Amino acid sequence: MPVHHRHRNPPIGPEHDPQAALSIHDVTVAYHRRPVLWDLDLDIPRGVLAAVVGPNGAGKSTMIKACLDLVPRVSGSIRLLGDELAAVQGRIGYVPQRETVDWDFPVSALDVVCMGLYRKIGWFRSVRRRHRNAAMEALDRVGLADFAGRQISRLSGGQQQRVFLARALVQEADLYFMDEPFASVDAATEEAILEVLRSLRDAGRTVIVVHHDLQTTRDYFDWLVLLNTRLVAAGSIEETWTPENLRATYGGRLTLLEAAGWAMGTAGSGQRRS
Amino acid sequence: MSDGIATIFAMGTPSLAVASTGGEDFLRILLLQDFNTRVVVAGAMLLGAVGGVVGTFLLLRRRALMGDVMGHAMLPGVAAAFLAVQALGLERSLPVLLLGGGIAATLAGLAVIGLRRVSQLDDDATMAIVLSGFFGLGVVLLSVVQSSGGGGQAGLEDFVFGKTASMVTSDVVVIAIGGLLVLSVAVLFFKEFRLLCFDDAFAASLGRPVMGLDLLLLSMTVVTALVGLQAVGLILVVALLVIPAAAARFLTDDLRWTVAFSSLIGAVGCWLGVTLSAAAPGLPAGAMIVLATAGLFVVALFTGPKRGLLPRWWLGRSLRRAVGRDHLLRSMLECREVTGNGEITAAELMMNRSWSRGGLSGLLRVARRAGEMIQIDRDRWRLTDRGEIEAAAMVRNHRLWEHYLLEYAHLAPSHVDRAADRIEHVLDPVLVRRLETELGALVDAGPPASPHPLADETPPGDDVVAGGNES
Repeated sequence: MPVHHRHRNPPIGPEHDPQAALSIHDVTVAYHRRPVLWDLDLDIPRGVLAAVVGPNGAGKSTMIKACLDLVPRVSGSIRLLGDELAAVQGRIGYVPQRETVDWDFPVSALDVVCMGLYRKIGWFRSVRRRHRNAAMEALDRVGLADFAGRQISRLSGGQQQRVFLARALVQEADLYFMDEPFASVDAATEEAILEVLRSLRDAGRTVIVVHHDLQTTRDYFDWLVLLNTRLVAAGSIEETWTPENLRATYGGRLTLLEAAGWAMGTAGSGQRRS
Repeated sequence: MSDGIATIFAMGTPSLAVASTGGEDFLRILLLQDFNTRVVVAGAMLLGAVGGVVGTFLLLRRRALMGDVMGHAMLPGVAAAFLAVQALGLERSLPVLLLGGGIAATLAGLAVIGLRRVSQLDDDATMAIVLSGFFGLGVVLLSVVQSSGGGGQAGLEDFVFGKTASMVTSDVVVIAIGGLLVLSVAVLFFKEFRLLCFDDAFAASLGRPVMGLDLLLLSMTVVTALVGLQAVGLILVVALLVIPAAAARFLTDDLRWTVAFSSLIGAVGCWLGVTLSAAAPGLPAGAMIVLATAGLFVVALFTGPKRGLLPRWWLGRSLRRAVGRDHLLRSMLECREVTGNGEITAAELMMNRSWSRGGLSGLLRVARRAGEMIQIDRDRWRLTDRGEIEAAAMVRNHRLWEHYLLEYAHLAPSHVDRAADRIEHVLDPVLVRRLETELGALVDAGPPASPHPLADETPPGDDVVAGGNES
């Protein structure tokens, strides 16, 4: 199927870097005529753990959704793993924001994780034992093996977040998009999630994470996209993590608390490196 | 025009014709002795089952009212089809009318989806607009039919309130075909519908056609509503889609079982309704079906093991009792540590922990019945041997936890009591063993000493909170 696709439609033009995990060219997204993303142009290389950072309403989630074709874009083109989305869909993993689903839904944690395999399982086929085994392994990796049979509303927020992560793990994707996986989780869960993300990166996969906490950005990630409707900066964390960039991203909206957090994050990693 | 409408709304559908009066006839119906009865019951139950299945997905997709939109939107379709047939001078036939209704319902469904996409309006608003718009058109067309005075228009009323009792074999065949179609689609796409209803964004990220699946669910709803028209009529068809599915949510936390129970409740509700209407001739069968299903819903609401009100109340009560018992046994030992006397008065207990008088005497009664305490005289109590063992274990757990918090969580001594209070009831043996190893020598013999002053020295604030557990 992807081969067929290629013949009709050259997958990658000169504006896209075929080596990049994600290549966004001139993308504009608007909700009801109000632009949310404006002329976005950036590349993220393979094998990095990248953060997408910016103030509320900066279009961070929208960027991820545009990459996955979940929102229509006004203009521009996007290549994932050097190809069009349809050609690589089976190699893409996604963790939506936790609040977007109804956690009262009558399914168990294991059922949710199995959903990550639905594409592999295919139409008209049901979930088999080997699929459930794979899902159990993923639950084990996020430390939830004992909660497999539990209805999802009886999990804590951090556990729910980890169920979503496990569902992404069974996808065995090469490129992951995660929308605020660290939102409102406790310190232990944050540590566990980070460990999983790092192991993915170390296995050569690319993980792109919408992140909110400036204090940890410097330590957690090795690639940074600073976004405020327009792109402010994108590049390795060493190059892009500067006070000027952050000020340009947050403008007057960088509160004292966030500024302090940023300072702490910088100081912390400075000490660690020395 | 309004006269015509009033007539329609005033009349119901008569119950099963076979049911005149007398228990003998009722028994005949209950035992399905007439072919006619068997046909009606089979059709109604099949319909209830199908409605339950489709309704579960609709409800979980948060489109429960879609069934209502479909039902009401069929009226203009049926009336227009009738007018068309009349204008062409053809014989009135059921399939043509149903086709008209089906087309109108599909248009209404598409209108809801389209309006939502272009207008930024909420789902409930879009559905209300489409529903009332289509129904208004239907009422107008119906009045045209009535003023045109064709001989055959009497049949149209059947569509408003249903005609369960006069279902014939060919109707049941239509229901069976439509129902089997819908059921097989539900089975084939079960996995996809589960994903669609739970997390449509993730479904789209897997490359699953969300819009296509929504349209499939929509057409299943149209088919169900169409065949449901036969039984309960277009106003009440929403009941068959929503009520069984909502009831099933109280029974289970698994989607497969939700679907199964929902379809069972739908079928039983329809059977009950048909049978009841047979018992009370003159009552409209369609409405009786809805009432019977609603009755089943109320039963599920109260008794459903997963979310039912009674089981939840019972669970809360048992938990309150267990916590109260733990507190009582612990207080007995603590009072003895303070006074050095094993015979404790209720007043002393009240000093140790602020119970309400009624709450305390209730707890004492329960403890006596459980053989953990004996009443020496009117006001004095002591622990039995069994109570002694239980209480010692309880105090031990509580203090282990207190010491652990002091040692590792750096809580102030005045706060550990409360924290330990909350946790001790859920300490399992594994956790207790871990605490023992963590705290080592501290716990070698008997309950460790309390790390904070006991009884009346505790700040009153703590007791108020702890006492709240009993009430």
